[in-house]
Amino acid sequence: MVERNYRVVNQPVRKKDAMQLLLGKPAYVDDVTPKDCLVVKVLRSPHAHALIEDINTDIACKVSGIVAVYTWKDVPNKRFTMAGQTFPEPSPYDRLILDRRVRFVGDAVAIVAGETEKAVDKALKLIKVQYEVLEPVMDFHTAKDNPILVHPEENWRSLCPVGADNKRNLCASETSGHGDVDAVLADCEEVVEHTYRVPAVNQAMMETFRTYTEIDHYGRLHVVSSTQIVFHVRRILANALDIPKSKIHVEKPRIGGGFGAKQTVVAEVYPAFVTWKTGRAAKMIYTREESQIAASPRHEMEVTVRVGASRDGTIRAIDVYTLSNTGAFGEHGPTTVGLSGHKSIPLYTGNLEAHRFAYDVVYTNHQSSGAYRGYGATQGIFAVECAVTELADRLGIDPVAIREQNMVREGQIMPAYYSEPANACALDRCMARCKELFGWDEKYPVRDMGNGKVRTAGVAMAMQGSGISGVDVGSATIKLSDEGFYNLTIGAADMGTGCDTILAQMAAECLDCPVDDIAVFGADSDASPYDSGSYASSTTYVTGKAVEKACEQLKENICTVAAGMLDCDVAEVEFAGKAVRRLDGSDEVSLFDIATKSMCGSGTAVQATASHTSPISPPPFMVGMVEIELDRETGQVDVLDYVAVVDCGTPVNPNLARVQTEGGIVQGIGMALFENIQYTDRGALVENSLMQYKIPTRLDMGRLRVEFESSYEPTGPFGAKSIGEIVINTPAPAIAHAVWHATGVWHRELPITPEKVLWGIKKGQA
Amino acid sequence: MEIKLTLNGKPVSASVDADTLLIDFVRDHGCYSVKRGCETANCGLCTVLMDGTPVLSCSMLAARAAGHHIQTLEGLQEEAADFVGFIADQGAEQCGFCNPGFVMNTVALLRENPDPTDDEIRAYLAGNLCRCSGYEGQLRGIRAYLDSRKGEA
Repeated sequence: MVERNYRVVNQPVRKKDAMQLLLGKPAYVDDVTPKDCLVVKVLRSPHAHALIEDINTDIACKVSGIVAVYTWKDVPNKRFTMAGQTFPEPSPYDRLILDRRVRFVGDAVAIVAGETEKAVDKALKLIKVQYEVLEPVMDFHTAKDNPILVHPEENWRSLCPVGADNKRNLCASETSGHGDVDAVLADCEEVVEHTYRVPAVNQAMMETFRTYTEIDHYGRLHVVSSTQIVFHVRRILANALDIPKSKIHVEKPRIGGGFGAKQTVVAEVYPAFVTWKTGRAAKMIYTREESQIAASPRHEMEVTVRVGASRDGTIRAIDVYTLSNTGAFGEHGPTTVGLSGHKSIPLYTGNLEAHRFAYDVVYTNHQSSGAYRGYGATQGIFAVECAVTELADRLGIDPVAIREQNMVREGQIMPAYYSEPANACALDRCMARCKELFGWDEKYPVRDMGNGKVRTAGVAMAMQGSGISGVDVGSATIKLSDEGFYNLTIGAADMGTGCDTILAQMAAECLDCPVDDIAVFGADSDASPYDSGSYASSTTYVTGKAVEKACEQLKENICTVAAGMLDCDVAEVEFAGKAVRRLDGSDEVSLFDIATKSMCGSGTAVQATASHTSPISPPPFMVGMVEIELDRETGQVDVLDYVAVVDCGTPVNPNLARVQTEGGIVQGIGMALFENIQYTDRGALVENSLMQYKIPTRLDMGRLRVEFESSYEPTGPFGAKSIGEIVINTPAPAIAHAVWHATGVWHRELPITPEKVLWGIKKGQA
Repeated sequence: MEIKLTLNGKPVSASVDADTLLIDFVRDHGCYSVKRGCETANCGLCTVLMDGTPVLSCSMLAARAAGHHIQTLEGLQEEAADFVGFIADQGAEQCGFCNPGFVMNTVALLRENPDPTDDEIRAYLAGNLCRCSGYEGQLRGIRAYLDSRKGEA
C-alpha cells in the first residue's frame, strides 16, 4: 500500500454543521419555511386497484378554510416518473399527479389545500368517491403476462431500451453474461441452487418527506424540499406540472436522513401543484404512516442463484435470475435490479469461467418501490453470499476459506461488472484482518451455552460502486473571497452523511488552508453548478474529483492575478497557500492582498467551476463477521459482536466513514432480523408505523467494531472510493449464515424473526 | 382554552384548542428543536422536560402542561453544550434530526445519574431512535465526555 500523508484529508475533522444540529438549531424544511402557508394533504385510496367512477368534492370545498381540492380531472394528462435519475430516465413515464386509476392502497386520489390542518382533515373526510373496485395483482410471481394490467394506458412510455412492456406488466427485462454458463455448470462437481427473498423494507429516515413551495418575486415556483436531488426535482416537477424548467427553483436545507428515499420525488408534486394553481405558499409534511405506505421502499426481490464449483471449492460459474417487484410505478425499477447481479457475482471473479444474469421487473398493486441504500446489490449479495456458504457446507470447506479461494483480486477485470477493472481492491486484506479481529477460528464452531442457547458465527463479503459509470456528473465551484477565505458551492446534497465537510476537506487539502477557511453552500438548482445529486455512492468519488479539479483551476487564476501584482510572468510564480511567491523566492503577495486586488480593478475571475464524470465506478469492498446467540427455546437471535473491515479507498474522514459503516450495519441488522413487510388481504401494508415496523434500538445490537483496510483508487480524489451504500450489505447474509449454523435451517426469506427460527427448529426435528 | 405555563424559564399565556398537542404548542412558540418523527410515541424525537422529567410532547396535550415548567433544547443550550461537542468529535450527529431528542434525554440521564455505565446509557436512551449512526458513536461521545470529567475531578 502506498503511504500518503495528507494534512486535512484522511483526518477525523468535525462535521461543519455538527454543533448546530446537536444543539437543535432550526435547519430542516419545517423549521426554516414560513408557517402561514397552505396545509396540503392527499386523500389516499383504500383499494389496491380501482377506477374512480365518480368523485364529488362539493361539500369538501365548502369547509371553512379550504382553498382548493383537486382530482384527476384537474391535472395534466402527461405521464412522468418520480425517479431522480439523469435524463432520459430508465424508469418509465407511468405517473400522473392524480390518476383515475388507483394502483395501491395509499395511492393519491385527491389533493386538499387549506388554511389549517383541521380544515384539511375535515375536508378529506367529506370527499365522496365512488370506486369501481378491480382485482389487484398482489403476488409478484403472477404479475408477468397476467391478464390484469397495472398500466393498460396508451400514454405509458419507456424512454430507454430496458425491456419494458406495460401490456405484459413488465417494467424491465434483460439477460447478460459471459462464457457458456450451462456448459460449465454441467461440468461442475457440485452445483447449489436456491431462491432467496428480500421484502420491500423501508428506509425509515427520521425526517419524513416534506416540501414547501411558494411563488417568488420573479413569478417562479420556489421549492424548498428535503431532497437528495435538487436538479432532478426541477426537471420532474416541470414534467409533472407541464411547465418550463426555467420556471422552477429548487433548494434543500438540512436533510433529516435520506438513504435513497429522497432520490424519488415522493412529496414534492402535491404542494407544487397547489402553489402553481393558487399562487399561494404551501407545505406538505408526510406523516410516518404515509412514509411507510406511499413512499419509495426497497424493491422486493426474489433472487435465484446457481453456483457451480469443483470439489476443491473452485467456483467456476454463477447463474443469477432476479424477479423484482417495482410495485404500482416503475421508479428505479429497471436500474435497482441490475445491481442484484452486477454487484454480487463479481465478488467471485477469482476463478469464474462463466456467468449469466437475467431479470424481470414486474408491476404489481403494491406501493411503488424506489432507491434504498444498496440499491439492489443488497438483495443480490444476500442471495449470492448465502448460496456460496451453502456450497461451502456441501463441500465441507470453511466459509472463509472458500471466499479466500475465489474472491476478486486487485488488478482483475470483472466480466460481471461491465468488464470494469478492480484497480484498487483490498478485499483479501479485509478478510484477513476481519478474521483476526473477530477471532473466526475460535468463534465459528457452534458453542452450546448450556442454557438452551447456542453461539455461532457467520461471514459475508460485499461490494458496491462509486457513482454510475459514464452517467453521473459532479461539479464544484470554488471562489476566492475577501481576506482570503473560499466559498465552495456544490450541487451534491449533504443528507447527514457529511459531504459538505469531506468536500471542504478536499478543497482545504488542495488549497493548503484550514478546513474552516472553506465555506460550503449547496444545494440549489439556481446557484449550484450541475450535479446529478447525492446517490449511487457518487459524492465522494465523483463530486470529490470535481472539487480537486476546480481547485487546480482556481490556483491558476489566483497565480495570474498575483503575477500581475508581482509584475512578472505567471510561469514565474507558484501557489503557496497563504501567498503566491516567485519561484526564485525573491518576492511574494499574500492571499489576503490577492483577494483584495481581485475585487478592485481586476479582470480575472478568482473563481473556477469544474465538472467530473468517470467512465468506471470503482467498487469499495468489505467483509463482515457476526457472532450471535440464539435461544433454541424461543427462537430469539441476539447479535453479540459485529466486526466489519472496509476498503473504501482512502477514508477522507475516518470518523464519518466509521459512523457510516456502523449505521449501515445496524440498518442491515434491522432488515435481517426485525423489519417485516406484510400485506392484508385487501392489499394494505400492516407495518404502517414505527410501532409495527421495528427498526433497531440501542438495545438491539451488540458490540460493533469497524476497521479500514485501505486500497488506493488511482481515479478517485486522494485515492478515495465510496462508503455510503456498501455498508448495509453484509448483515443479512452473515446473520442468515450464523442462524443456519445454530439451527441447521437456512432462512432464505428476510426478516429472520424468532417465530420463523422456532418453526424452523421444530420442522427440522420433525 | 387559556393556559399558562413556563416555557424555558419564561411565563407563557396562550389560547389553545383542547386537542392541541404539546409538540405543536412548543413549535408554535419557536422551539423548533422539538421534532416529530412518528405519531405513535415510538421515536423519542419530540422529548421535552416537564418539571425536569422527560416526556414525549407528541403524546401529551398542551393543556396538560398548564401550570408546569416545560424545557426544550432551546432552554438547555449551555447544559447540552457541555457534552455534545464530544458527540461531534465522533461524527455521530449525522443527519441531526434525532439529536435534540436524545440530547434532552441525555441531559435528564446525567442529572439523575452523573456517572452511568454504558448499559445504563443504552437503557436510558433506548426510546430515542436514530437511523443514521448505529448508536455506537453517540455512546462513544457520551463516554468520552464522562471520561473527560473524571480527568478533571
